[in-house]
Amino acid sequence: MQGIRNFIKTYLLLDMFQGLWVTLKNMFRPKITINYPEEKTPQSARFRGLHALRRYPNGEERCIACKLCEAVCPALAITIESDVSNDGTRRTTRYDIDLFKCIYCGFCEEACPVDAIVETRLHEYHMEERGENIMSKDKLLAIGDRYEAMIAQDRAADAPYR
Amino acid sequence: MSDDAVNIVVDGVPVVARKGQMIMQATDRQGIYIPRFCYHEKLSVAANCRMCLVEVEKAPKPMPACATPVTEGMKVFTKSPRAISAQKATMEFLLINHPLDCPICDQGGECELQDLAMGFGRDIARYAERKRVVKDKNLGPLVSTDMTRCIHCTRCVRFGQEIQGFPQLGTTGRGEHMEITTYVEQSVDHELSANIVDLCPVGALNNKPFRFRGRSWEMTQHALVSPHDAVGSNLYAHVLRGQLMRIVPRQNDEINETWISDRDRFGFEGIYSEDRVQQPLLRVEGELRPVDWETALAAAVDGLSQARDRHGPKSIGFLASPSSTVEEFFLAAQIARALGTDNIDHRLRQTDFSGQDRDAAFPGIGVALTDIDKLQGILVIGSHLRAEVPLLAHRIRTAAIKGGAKVAFLNPQRFEYLFPALQHALDGKDLLTEMCGVVHACAQISNQSVPAGIATASVSDDHRALARALLNGERRAVFLGHLAQRHPAYSQIIALARVLAQLSGATFGVITEGANAAGAYLSGAVPHRHSGGEPRSHAGLHARSMLDSVLQAYVLLGDIDAPEDFAKGPASLQRSEFIVAITPHLSQALRSVAHVVLPIGTFAETSGTYVNCEGRWQSWAGAAKPVGESRPGWKVLRVLGNLFGLPGFEYATSEEVRDAAKVLCNLEASVLSGAHATEAHADARSAAIAAPWVHVPIYQSDALVRRSASLAKTNGGQLAIGAL
Repeated sequence: MQGIRNFIKTYLLLDMFQGLWVTLKNMFRPKITINYPEEKTPQSARFRGLHALRRYPNGEERCIACKLCEAVCPALAITIESDVSNDGTRRTTRYDIDLFKCIYCGFCEEACPVDAIVETRLHEYHMEERGENIMSKDKLLAIGDRYEAMIAQDRAADAPYR
Repeated sequence: MSDDAVNIVVDGVPVVARKGQMIMQATDRQGIYIPRFCYHEKLSVAANCRMCLVEVEKAPKPMPACATPVTEGMKVFTKSPRAISAQKATMEFLLINHPLDCPICDQGGECELQDLAMGFGRDIARYAERKRVVKDKNLGPLVSTDMTRCIHCTRCVRFGQEIQGFPQLGTTGRGEHMEITTYVEQSVDHELSANIVDLCPVGALNNKPFRFRGRSWEMTQHALVSPHDAVGSNLYAHVLRGQLMRIVPRQNDEINETWISDRDRFGFEGIYSEDRVQQPLLRVEGELRPVDWETALAAAVDGLSQARDRHGPKSIGFLASPSSTVEEFFLAAQIARALGTDNIDHRLRQTDFSGQDRDAAFPGIGVALTDIDKLQGILVIGSHLRAEVPLLAHRIRTAAIKGGAKVAFLNPQRFEYLFPALQHALDGKDLLTEMCGVVHACAQISNQSVPAGIATASVSDDHRALARALLNGERRAVFLGHLAQRHPAYSQIIALARVLAQLSGATFGVITEGANAAGAYLSGAVPHRHSGGEPRSHAGLHARSMLDSVLQAYVLLGDIDAPEDFAKGPASLQRSEFIVAITPHLSQALRSVAHVVLPIGTFAETSGTYVNCEGRWQSWAGAAKPVGESRPGWKVLRVLGNLFGLPGFEYATSEEVRDAAKVLCNLEASVLSGAHATEAHADARSAAIAAPWVHVPIYQSDALVRRSASLAKTNGGQLAIGAL
């Protein structure tokens, strides 16, 4: 029975007409033109743009140098060195992300047990000098400090689904 | 099939076990895995983790596989629903108090609890009460503690009692309140103590110098051989981005079992010490300046050629570290002999060489390491065994404790041995007189004629006791230690020891300094032997006479510090015209005298071969990236040979060098050359020699160890800075 149904579907090209119907519908939809950068399309709270390292409200770095992001990174964009910090905790002494290698897959933030490394909504950035593609720990923390309110809001919005 | 075979069935597979074995031992041999935490094949059975519960037919309850002896016809189910549910229940109990701090735990990724929790853990905890917190203990500079993570397997406690012989850790309290703790604060300072890091199945005890510095999954593992003593412990180097991060043992039941000494584990820190030579140096206008390799090599060849042309080839001396590789020894010996000099030696701390013609093909302990456990009578002369060769001390301790061997020591003073041993301390008396007494006593007890020359020796009860200990049982051995080798009358000590071995029917062995004295003999890095071990008709100068008489040029090969590594101060180096130091480290003393410094890699940065104290050749490939511009030693020597225009220096790999050295050795004849071919002879000369004992503290034994910051912080290292 299934075989006969497939036979008919194949020879009447039903799937193709179904697809073309979508094309036809869209031909008559209103067109959207955004005057970027004055206007911007809405972004998802899950947008994966430039990385940031976050801190706890008391100023303590979240990152504990577990190196899970480094391990999960499919592009090998993350390089971490760690050691015992002055207060005896486990901390990174180096946290580099190579933005040329990064494919913005978001695995690092998925892997992070303390929500330290996150990908923010920022996607409008550029580099002028050789070497600026390396996001060092200081740069990442600075981004985190500056956009903490936005990051926290986005995390909260996504929290029910995680 | 022997009588003690027991047939059991595990998961439907018939398994043959030996009588008295536990289920776990039988299944391990069969390759059937049963989860476990407290069981360790080298330790006694505690059966306190309960992770290995399995179902045994007709048994009312699940039985611990590690503590249930096999019986004929026993049917064991390791994966039945009942076994699995018992194991899962155990895991749930273990996880009740275990913190969820895997992301910051150094054990993460190599943790037995983590691995088994993947297999036997529940996804969701049912335990909502408060978790237990345990205060961390201070176990000194080598072992870090996070005692909240402890699951009370007591492997570390049993290690202290059974392997160290010195219970440093113990348990207090019961049940929820049980804690692993020290008897005395900061007292973990046994020379094997850091093995508890490997034993600990969780992250409670960890490698302190390595703390938080790397993850198990990101490091690559390379096999190495220990450069610190003659046992040749097998190691794994864990390397991250070309840098050696830590060293762990590589199991080899014939050598080091699963243990390594703390020196093997932390000695590598010296590789990254501040006085590593980063690039070739050349003395220009009185000061050492960095130059490129071509300039430095050309300067070395020039200087040595000039010395040879002006003062003859005998004016050049080669002094090599006893922990250089076979390849380095062999090439250096080839170069020395091609230049026309036999002045090459590695016995830097030895002072008496007059008996060297009677040396065996190579110095060794005369028995296989695995046979030491089976010895019954052992006499060790002139050795602080635990400090000199910790793993040999462990083997001898096992022989005494498990095999019931009688172990006697004839030493300048009493040392702590942690097992019942007969110690005869000289306390200022002359070693030769005492040895003559022991030989005499041995001849008397075994009803043999007293050798000529010592018939007049007086025999005391102490001598008889030592002789009786040696004559215990059938399998006996006499060992000479480092202290004896540094003694100014070593040739007579070794002669007497050989007589003693012959009289008592014992094997005779020398516990050599450095990692590769045997390799040095076999590859010709001694003045009286060809490469391959054949005697030379005319011996060159040995290490002491090279330093006694000022030679025009010296080549220092390998990790040598002056004056620590020399028996005699390196004053003659200062008066020499030309010194080439082929070395990884440059100590202050060497910096002031060397004319050309060629930086070479340490054991971890070069491929090489060591011949251990039983004559076993062990090769390894390099592990870490050489520091700075340093190069493997064999390559530097090979290029030197090329620049001298020597034929045959076309080796492309270190394996080719090793094979060239090995093919010269008549190995069948020389393996385990306890058969010291020459006839023993003795003579009871005894003139008391002032201050004959040179003590080298355990963490001062070689250039790498001296530079290890962690070892220097231990109690042993602190002592080392003082006298002993």
